[in-house]
Amino acid sequence: MSEVTINVNGRTVTKTVEDRTLLVQFLREDLGLTGTHVGCDTSQCGACVVHVDGKAVKSCTMLAAQASGSSVVTIEGLADGAELHPVQAAFREHHGLQCGFCTPGMIMAAVDMINRHPEGLDEATVRAELEGNICRCTGYHNIVKAILAASAAMGKAGKGKAKAA
Amino acid sequence: MGMEGIGARVARKEDKRFITGAGRYVDDMVVPGMKHAVFVRSPHAHAEIRKIDVKKAKAMPGVIDVLVGKQLKADGIGNLICGWMIHSKDGSPMKMGAWSPLAVDRVRYVGEAVAVVVADTKGQARDAAEAVEVSYKELKAVTEAVDALKKGAPQLHPEAEGNLIYDWEIGDAKAVDAAIAKAAHVTKMHIVNNRLVPNAMEPRAALGHYDKAEDHYTCWTTSQNPHVARLVMSAFYNVAPENKLRVIAPDVGGGFGSKIYIYPEEIVCLWASKKTGVPVKWVADRTESFLCDAHGRDHVTEVQLAFDKDHRMTALKVDTIANLGAYMSLFSSSVPTYLYATLLSGQYVIPAIHANVRTVYTNTAPVDAYRGAGRPEATYLLERVVETSARELGVDPAELRRKNFITSFPYQTPVIMCYDAGDYAASLDAAMKAADYAGFAKRREEARKRGKLRGIGMSNYIEACGIAPSAAVGSLGAGVGLWESAEVRVNAVGTIEVLTGSHSHGQGHETTFSQLVAERFGVPIESVSIVHGDTDKVQMGMGTYGSRSGAVGMSAIVKALDKVEAKAKKIAAHLLEADEGDIVIENGALKVAGTDKSVPWFQMALAAYTAHNLPAGMEPGLKEGAFYDPSNFTFPAGCYICEVEVDPETGHTDIVQFVAADDFGNIINPMIVEGQVHGGIAQGIGQALLEGCRYDSSGQLLTASYMDYTMPRAGDLPSFKVSTSNTPCPSNPLGIKGCGEAGAIGSPPAVINAITDAIGNNDLTMPATPQKVWAALQAAKKH
Amino acid sequence: MYSVNYHRAASVADAVKKVKAGDGKFLAGGMTLIPTMKSRLAAPGEVVDISRIAGLSGITVSGKTVTIGATTTHYEVATSAKLAKVCPALCSLASHIGDPHVRHKGTIGGSIANNDPAADYPSAMLALGATIVTNKRQIPADKFFKGLFETALKEDELITAVTFAAPGKAGYAKFPNPASRYAVTGVFVAKGKDGVRAAVTGAGDNGVFRSKEIEAALAKKFDPASLDGVKVSAKGLMGDIHASPEYRANLIVVMAKRAVAAANA
Repeated sequence: MSEVTINVNGRTVTKTVEDRTLLVQFLREDLGLTGTHVGCDTSQCGACVVHVDGKAVKSCTMLAAQASGSSVVTIEGLADGAELHPVQAAFREHHGLQCGFCTPGMIMAAVDMINRHPEGLDEATVRAELEGNICRCTGYHNIVKAILAASAAMGKAGKGKAKAA
Repeated sequence: MGMEGIGARVARKEDKRFITGAGRYVDDMVVPGMKHAVFVRSPHAHAEIRKIDVKKAKAMPGVIDVLVGKQLKADGIGNLICGWMIHSKDGSPMKMGAWSPLAVDRVRYVGEAVAVVVADTKGQARDAAEAVEVSYKELKAVTEAVDALKKGAPQLHPEAEGNLIYDWEIGDAKAVDAAIAKAAHVTKMHIVNNRLVPNAMEPRAALGHYDKAEDHYTCWTTSQNPHVARLVMSAFYNVAPENKLRVIAPDVGGGFGSKIYIYPEEIVCLWASKKTGVPVKWVADRTESFLCDAHGRDHVTEVQLAFDKDHRMTALKVDTIANLGAYMSLFSSSVPTYLYATLLSGQYVIPAIHANVRTVYTNTAPVDAYRGAGRPEATYLLERVVETSARELGVDPAELRRKNFITSFPYQTPVIMCYDAGDYAASLDAAMKAADYAGFAKRREEARKRGKLRGIGMSNYIEACGIAPSAAVGSLGAGVGLWESAEVRVNAVGTIEVLTGSHSHGQGHETTFSQLVAERFGVPIESVSIVHGDTDKVQMGMGTYGSRSGAVGMSAIVKALDKVEAKAKKIAAHLLEADEGDIVIENGALKVAGTDKSVPWFQMALAAYTAHNLPAGMEPGLKEGAFYDPSNFTFPAGCYICEVEVDPETGHTDIVQFVAADDFGNIINPMIVEGQVHGGIAQGIGQALLEGCRYDSSGQLLTASYMDYTMPRAGDLPSFKVSTSNTPCPSNPLGIKGCGEAGAIGSPPAVINAITDAIGNNDLTMPATPQKVWAALQAAKKH
Repeated sequence: MYSVNYHRAASVADAVKKVKAGDGKFLAGGMTLIPTMKSRLAAPGEVVDISRIAGLSGITVSGKTVTIGATTTHYEVATSAKLAKVCPALCSLASHIGDPHVRHKGTIGGSIANNDPAADYPSAMLALGATIVTNKRQIPADKFFKGLFETALKEDELITAVTFAAPGKAGYAKFPNPASRYAVTGVFVAKGKDGVRAAVTGAGDNGVFRSKEIEAALAKKFDPASLDGVKVSAKGLMGDIHASPEYRANLIVVMAKRAVAAANA
């Protein structure tokens, strides 16, 4: 067992967990943050993507203990109170989700992608950068559209790095 | 159309919870005292179970119990069944082998459950599952349907001699043979439809909770049809009587058919909950999904298409062998028969059609309906052979199709279906225009200069949605009726709840169903709630599959709305001292037509519940229910055109353009319909280019994770050009046809037609992986 | 995952001590180790996290000599402006490993130590004639990669850095596995003062290797056209459901051409 201290969505939490506890288990089971999902066992589907110290990572491929001392932002921590993050708003506006299961990971990946490309994005780049996120419902068409729209909106708003979680 | 009514591009109501991480899926459910189940699964494709020793496992830390099939049988839990009876052409009923939720004496595919461990944590349950000692005697396995029919093949079930489940036919064999004999041209092909794994992104899960005080069970499950699940678990599996079993399918992360069926795991979780006295949760990992979810497709077919000298189709002869896996899944028997062979006429006048279908057992996961279910197989077969015919006849494939289109409706095909409405030339024209079909030769030349092989291919599909009427499907062997239910509850403050037997797992029902109400009563969609997925809330329903929720589910809502409207108008007429026939509903108020007299919607509703001033003899309240049983299938159709570029050095295919022109009849929310088409096309392209489920000859699944099974990713796909035309469906009140499966049905042949056009070799099977395309190019060079 | 004890190392010496104390494994990014443990194919008693050891991460370029710390992530390699000036091919290679999330965690040291036959970095190390620096010694790449998942590393030996002389020209091209996105075949070509070296990953049935046929052809002229008509034998190449040995043999030549074109661009 290890004592793990992580700042999650702005709140520091300390828990004692089995060393084999994955970060995603810690978030879902110990903290009840069930917005982060598990869709595969081989680190490919991206449903579990969260931000650790400002970078998108797969929380199913990281021990909670590895994240001790780090800051984690999950889908639950993205909106600013009642105000949706521009990427969340764009996913809704452009119908970038259907069943919603891959959506939290998609949105966290998209925020990270936009943050890494303050110069802006084009369709080919968005498609290439979605390599680590699988969606079975949308055919990606509207996800790509939503990310491009959010990137443009955040660029205009000067928010490229606003929520560098 | 109002801002939120029929035809409006309304952003989805349900999105708020999904984009903020507040969705509630089965794995998110926590019940006090809940424990975790892990199944012990067979590592062998075919083996006798000699002995199961659970002693060591039971002693492991955190383990509550380890349960096996013998205990389950002793408690009277029934075998899993297939609910659609098919008779062979000799009149004998299909041969259904026994399928116990936990195997007792024999296992027939890798991943079949033989025991379950219940422990405090999932990790402990997994540790203990490894400690369960199962002694097997391995038997020879067979995985390919064609091999399973051969003499001397390993035999799976004593009930099914030669592994044959049924040998079924449809159509007029003599007429077909006669037409082929005198045909000017006959195109012959061997067609394989590759096995697929559905891969909804949410793995299946179940949480069973037995409440001792009430002697009552609750099952949270990843289901597309919780009511059917309750019915089947009660009536056939003896889990509990219906009044003692509540099934809840909360947010469900995609289904595509794979979550229609009732699987061993939910039955076992319920049973194990009573047995252990604790709520039991099981969540599949992805490898379990690959091993145990019902797979799709897996057909091998010989086909002949005959033409007269004017290139008119005269006959189609089809001989199909379909692999149903180790056991007959819930609707498996209907897929290669009534959902497949009845669509073989496609969009064409073909005077004579005959299809023979044999289904067989193999040592593979059960196969059942997967997005499209039979219709993709029919479309792939027909559209590949039509395209090939055009090449053999030396005519433009579009014009060969156009020449043979059905143009007058209703049209009775030789294979049961009676098409009610359509305009196939309109879709073809729209697609050709959007694809700049005429400009293709120039693009091909330009690509050649870049060292790329460019090809174009099309596919003109038809499908049948909203399987019905119930009496008709009953006469064809269905074990259930295929109607839908709805209840509309107007609350005293005028807000509205719509209870539906349809189930949304991505289709956006909370929005589209609300739009129906908004259109009818002029109320904002925010004041409408859609209630679904819970057998304690909705009385009965048949669920969502086969693109039925629009055509059937919404039609039931319309019927209930009709009743609500009639009563509301009576109340308003009474309040306004007007004639009932003069009342119109506009912008959230009931008005006397041509006057300024009106009563707001909410006041009428309040009046219904205060009951202070109702027409004489009227019951208080405002709540109406309806059951809707369609009079016919609906027939969406369309034309898809795919353009590819093949890299001749690597065999890699790029989809450079994909056009879809669909006719779905009337449309409630175009944004959602487009989304359905996008997703369907991606799955169809996945089948054509990327996805292929492979077993080795010993029955081990080679593609058991995303490391080996290729899921379509964003980079594999282009943006799609989609459009719709409209011939309203005459058989339902909304004139809608359904759009959930079209993309997956129409796209695979368009892709393969395009690639074979590009590489000049028609001998190519799905998935057309780079390796296969490269090999086909090498073979073409040699000839 | 089986039960495991997690330790966070304060220094290289501390890490080695902790690994030696039990049946331990070094854990850097964990992009291979954690999935392998999850699938219960690896069951170390201890994992020793080296990712926060000071001084193990970072890229330095001193004249022509490039040194990359073992825990430098793929993302850091991909986006290093310093490295892009002297060896952009390595940046490009790193930018195509896994996916963005994997690149944020995965490290060059971890990739090399694991020596997955389909990993990208081993081909670069071999073609660049890099030196693998450990807590004990310096190992030339030619002697480091021993076969499938096998290296010259001893149990208690930890990679601390890799170092190489910036090549005159270098390029990498890979044909990714459509499912896993590992290399079905990847070829790294480098033209340095000792001539042309071409290393192939993903294709060999004994892991990364140098292709004599490719090197000989490119020695004449470092140009894609030099590879026209060159045939690579399928003998000794891997075959699986995604690619036969013959297909891989073809891809070696095609990827080599593309790598050279990239190097010359």
